[in-house]
Amino acid sequence: MGVKLLLEKAHVEGIRSYEVYRREGGYRAVEKALKTMSPDAVTEEVKKSGLRGRGGAGFPSGMKWSFLAKPEGVPRHLVCNADESEPGTFKDRYLMEFLPHLLIEGLIVSSFALGSNATYIYIRGEYAWIPDILEQAIAEAKANGWLGKNILGSGFDCEIYVQRGAGAYICGEETALIESLEGKRGNPRIKPPFPAVKGVWDRPTVVNNVETLAAVVPIINMGGEEYAKIGVGRSTGTKLISACGNINKPGVYEIDMTISVEEFIYSDEYCGGIKNGKRLKACIPGGSSVPILPANLLLKTAKGETRYMNYESLSDGGFATGSMMGSGGFIVLDEDQCVVKNTYTLARFYRHESCGQCSPCREGTGWMEKILKNIDSGKGKMSDIDLLWDIQRKIEGNTICPLGDAAAWPVAAAIRHFRDEFEWHVKNPQECLTRNYGIAHYADPLVIPA
Amino acid sequence: MVPFSEEKLAKVREIIARYPEGKQKSALLPVLHLAQEVHGWLSAETMDYVASLLQIEPIEVYEVATFYSMYNLKPVGKYMFEVCQTGPCMINGSDDIVDYIKQRLGIGVGETTPDGLFTLKTVECLGACGYAPMMQLGKHYKEHLTREKVDQIIEECRKQAGQLN
Ligand SMILES: Cc1cc2nc3c(=O)[nH]c(=O)nc-3n(C[C@H](O)[C@H](O)[C@H](O)COP(=O)(O)O)c2cc1C
Ligand code: SF4
Ligand code: FES
Repeated sequence: MGVKLLLEKAHVEGIRSYEVYRREGGYRAVEKALKTMSPDAVTEEVKKSGLRGRGGAGFPSGMKWSFLAKPEGVPRHLVCNADESEPGTFKDRYLMEFLPHLLIEGLIVSSFALGSNATYIYIRGEYAWIPDILEQAIAEAKANGWLGKNILGSGFDCEIYVQRGAGAYICGEETALIESLEGKRGNPRIKPPFPAVKGVWDRPTVVNNVETLAAVVPIINMGGEEYAKIGVGRSTGTKLISACGNINKPGVYEIDMTISVEEFIYSDEYCGGIKNGKRLKACIPGGSSVPILPANLLLKTAKGETRYMNYESLSDGGFATGSMMGSGGFIVLDEDQCVVKNTYTLARFYRHESCGQCSPCREGTGWMEKILKNIDSGKGKMSDIDLLWDIQRKIEGNTICPLGDAAAWPVAAAIRHFRDEFEWHVKNPQECLTRNYGIAHYADPLVIPA
Repeated sequence: MVPFSEEKLAKVREIIARYPEGKQKSALLPVLHLAQEVHGWLSAETMDYVASLLQIEPIEVYEVATFYSMYNLKPVGKYMFEVCQTGPCMINGSDDIVDYIKQRLGIGVGETTPDGLFTLKTVECLGACGYAPMMQLGKHYKEHLTREKVDQIIEECRKQAGQLN
């Protein structure tokens, strides 16, 4: 069993309630921070912990906090990003649903560090039942003196509010989220200025992911240095992985980033192997925007070394032969899945979610969707494959926000690693309607062919 | 268009108080959710009413209501089946679930049954990929869908609607 810092108590009966959470040692981090530490000391611990943003980009959280501008007399805000809309990702939902007090505790400590007297949780609108759970936890925390005015006699005031989005993946991007919080369309802003200087209502703002802010609790409890000893290299602490697709045990797992991808997929502690005894074909290891990898490149790097479930190892080989940890949305495809169809659904997703501000993203995503749909339904031409490649190249790096890249990468990786499957669709327009291409040369290296 | 009840108006005031003085426009998304709870969808009159509550221009409401996929800009059935069709749900059989619902209800995607009871929609990833295939029904998710489970859900909705009438 690996170390559990976030989900350790997830199965304690009644942990959603304040009494049980407190009995199990909850709110100790608030006590420690507000009674014995300065705000800067809290930030310092987060820096020492090596914690990296769990929302997808993996930017060091302590450093991000230290960038927050602190002009005299201007209020600052912490905003918790609970928009969680990247296909394959459902870990924040798990945290909020089952351990709401852990998030609230993390938010109080983080708000103290940043000097945020009004902190907002922006949650995707579809998670419509979760605000009730969070608001209940907030009310309980307030009733017990952990929120409100002059918390624990520290002189620090804090309120936490929950705001629902209304169905827009783009509002997970931090500047779109800020626009949405201001009651506008979720159009990402041009940076700079960065939110750390001009965020919500033009005030300095830090936007952090749910899991990042929950991780502040064990960091303060155990100290940054101890936290940094868990994991490996620059992948410190634990990471939540939401695993889905053709596996025996889909769900949310906490890993300490030292385990191999093979162990994660095949051991009973985690995914429990591929469903129905099938073979592994491919995997998107960090949410739909990161490159898909065929089984051979997933389990081992191009150099033939074991691939591990951490930031560095998953990205080993760059985009040519590697992928990314991303948001931790781990999507497994078995031998019966069609990479073309899967890529088509993702392209459709990005077209649907493009805010439409930049022409490469607005036009390119629609174009890619159309071409992929044609290839998938046996109406593609060979030249379409090169055209797809061309379009994704022209989107990447040419847009206001990274959604353009997020839309380009899955298409690029699918063509890079599965070109033969695309070509097979074009050459076999009838057959591709009735059967899938199968596993071909990138067969699961763990299975010795009969 | 029915104006908000006193209770809802109190809720609106509570929401506005979450934001700094003069930033009441920030309450727009939550207040549109409230309006949709009352009316089921957002008509132009409803949006104008919301604009007046928040003291903003109607256009500011329209541009937001048209941006977010959860706001219904035309009437929908009492029960809206929003089936996720993105990659992870697709590889777990969401196509079959959509087809089955179409056949059971005799409607296509985006349509409402003549009795006004059901609307079928396809949506993109709802953050339930590990519990696929799935759909959203009102405030809650229905996960691990099978044909049998779809039958059950339709049955339950019909029963509930019967009791309500
Ligand atoms: C299109 C797009 C969608 C995003 N969606 C999310 C999201 O749902 N949740 C999230 O935490 N971060 C999301 N991000 C990343 C945020 O912009 C931001 O980097 C993150 O919230 C920072 O938090 P962290 O440093 O704690 O990871 C998204 C980014 C992009 C470009
Ligand atoms: S890249 Fe796409 S989503 Fe991002 S701002 Fe441009 S059009 Fe909008
Ligand atoms: S793909 Fe359907 S819920 Fe994520």
